Amino acid sequence: MFNKLQALGRSGILAIERLGRGHIFFWQLLKALPTVIVRFPLLIQQLFAVGVLSFLIIFVSGLFVGMVLGLQGYNTLVDFGAEESLGVMVALSLVRELGPVVTALLFAGRAGSALTAEIGLMKATEQLSGMEMMAVDPIKRIVAPRFWAGVISMPLLAAIFSAIGVVGGYLVGVGLLGIDGGAFWSQMQPRVDLSEDILNGVIKSVVFGVVVTWIAVYEGYDATPTSEGVSRATTRTVVHSALAVLGLDFILTALMFGE
Amino acid sequence: MPLVEIRGLTFCRGNRTIFDGIDLDIPQGKVTAIMGPSGTGKTTLLRLIGGQLRPQEGTIHVDGQNVSTLSRGDLYQLRKRMGMLFQSGALLTDMSVYDNVAFPLREHTELSASMIRHLVLMKLESVGLRGARQLMPSELSGGMARRVALARAITLDPMMIMYDEPFTGQDPISMGVIVSLIRKLNDAMGLSSIVVSHDVAEAASIADLIYVISNGKVVESGSPEQLKCSESPWVQQFMKGEPDGPVPFHFAAKDYVDDLLGDVSDV
Amino acid sequence: MQARTVEILVGLFIAAGMVALFFLSMQVSSLNKFSADEGYTVKAYFDNVGGLKARSPVSVSGVHVGRVESISYDMENYEALVTLLIDNEYKTFPVDTSASIFTSGLLGEQYVSLEPGGSDDFLQEGDEIRLAQSAVIMEQVIGQFLFNKAAE
Repeated sequence: MFNKLQALGRSGILAIERLGRGHIFFWQLLKALPTVIVRFPLLIQQLFAVGVLSFLIIFVSGLFVGMVLGLQGYNTLVDFGAEESLGVMVALSLVRELGPVVTALLFAGRAGSALTAEIGLMKATEQLSGMEMMAVDPIKRIVAPRFWAGVISMPLLAAIFSAIGVVGGYLVGVGLLGIDGGAFWSQMQPRVDLSEDILNGVIKSVVFGVVVTWIAVYEGYDATPTSEGVSRATTRTVVHSALAVLGLDFILTALMFGE
Repeated sequence: MPLVEIRGLTFCRGNRTIFDGIDLDIPQGKVTAIMGPSGTGKTTLLRLIGGQLRPQEGTIHVDGQNVSTLSRGDLYQLRKRMGMLFQSGALLTDMSVYDNVAFPLREHTELSASMIRHLVLMKLESVGLRGARQLMPSELSGGMARRVALARAITLDPMMIMYDEPFTGQDPISMGVIVSLIRKLNDAMGLSSIVVSHDVAEAASIADLIYVISNGKVVESGSPEQLKCSESPWVQQFMKGEPDGPVPFHFAAKDYVDDLLGDVSDV
Repeated sequence: MQARTVEILVGLFIAAGMVALFFLSMQVSSLNKFSADEGYTVKAYFDNVGGLKARSPVSVSGVHVGRVESISYDMENYEALVTLLIDNEYKTFPVDTSASIFTSGLLGEQYVSLEPGGSDDFLQEGDEIRLAQSAVIMEQVIGQFLFNKAAE
């Protein structure tokens, strides 16, 4: 019995320790921004790995989500005779919520896990250690460019998701279901506010970008340097990112859209 | 003045004491071998010298500077003058051999591309791999990877190189290559080399000074000839590689006959 | 992959993101209409603005001609002050135009409806609309109805 309590206490202390290390790590990543800007080619390389290679999945998912919103939204609104409001519904759902959140979840799965695996593997094969012994700070050289690439990519990807989603909704609503095209846009435009809806959505995606990328690079950097350790770290990245994104989404939504 | 001076070094990891107040002197310009059974923390010693780990007690002076009290910036400056060869080579896997060797130059100097090219080719030539410069690390054999790592370690013309188990797992030819490279580079570039190994024959063939470490203490030190005539039976067993002696063959167990005649359930 | 190809693709990616943001701002939201330098403001005082909010629409005959810029309370004449931003395209509202707060459709969003008067002078920047009809408050209507019923 006491052994179990002791084990619980120990894992609790270890968890807090990890959290503390994670925050110190975060601070180091922030401090590394000037270096990353100076070593611009590194950032470009990582923007490619993290952003460009995520483009396809975000684009396709956004399109399908938008189309489904169009279908489901129409089915519900037509009962109230309000099917002309489909544009509003699709746009607000995407810009406020689905764009930032779904993009963040997909990003965590695709780019986040890849970052964790890459950094974890570099740790396991002693490349990070070797770099340290060559007097090159691995945090500045390897981790920070990847972190900042994620932070920059996320809002762009979320915007692409929302934009292509609206187009998907238009294709289904106007093209397939026969809603008036003009009504689709004209109902939407007064109701979607630049600062309240779009800007808040962008802020959400920036916050998610910071959190998801931070979790991904930290799990990799902190992974146990064995193949099992790296695999566990990759799983943790996806799980913790998902929980963090959904939890933060609730908090941010309450702050931004609550009364 | 020894290049590396270690006094009263104590280092623990968890409950295990790895080093218990040891003293070591690494002389300049010579090849020093540090030997001992597996798991005595020989690699840990290299990390302590390089400042990646901090000792609980004691001091490590490298070229007169106390490593554990250095600021981050000073430590990095010191590390530029130390080269380290990891057991696996630790090459950066997403870069070619050329880029790996050029890495320290590109990170730490502002040299032009043509100057870098000259230096990289010269370093690769000294390890005999100039023709392999476009290969990727995944295309190299273990021995070749280590040679590339060695070329990378000498790029900034360091004052010392630390070798972590350089002979492990090598075929006889690449073994011979590494052995002769360590000695030749040491003499040609005026380096000081620290070789950590449990490969007695190879290490003894090139070392000027040997330290034998076991259970966190220096058991014996001296030139290879001195150690071969050592009075300690343990050192004799180690140097000759005998399977049984002060370090027993059998793990502690009950009497053999009793065990065989014991109950089936007594596994 | 060549460094140049990488750079081009990254550039395209960032451009795509910018285009998406631009699309969202222009086509999806109301950025392209009624920014502050494209309209002129007029005031109106109401007893009760009901559920009217900033950025609520302003329409004439059902056509969207502007939006509510701000709503505040005037402590001097104890009435709500609503500032309307009207698009420069519609410069010829007579000074005796009236403003009413109506509710639109099922979803109940409130808007300001303008009814042009007959005067030859037109509303300029900063003018006040004199005739203002407040929003219909449900509680008052019900109270009125019950009162009438009781009187019978």
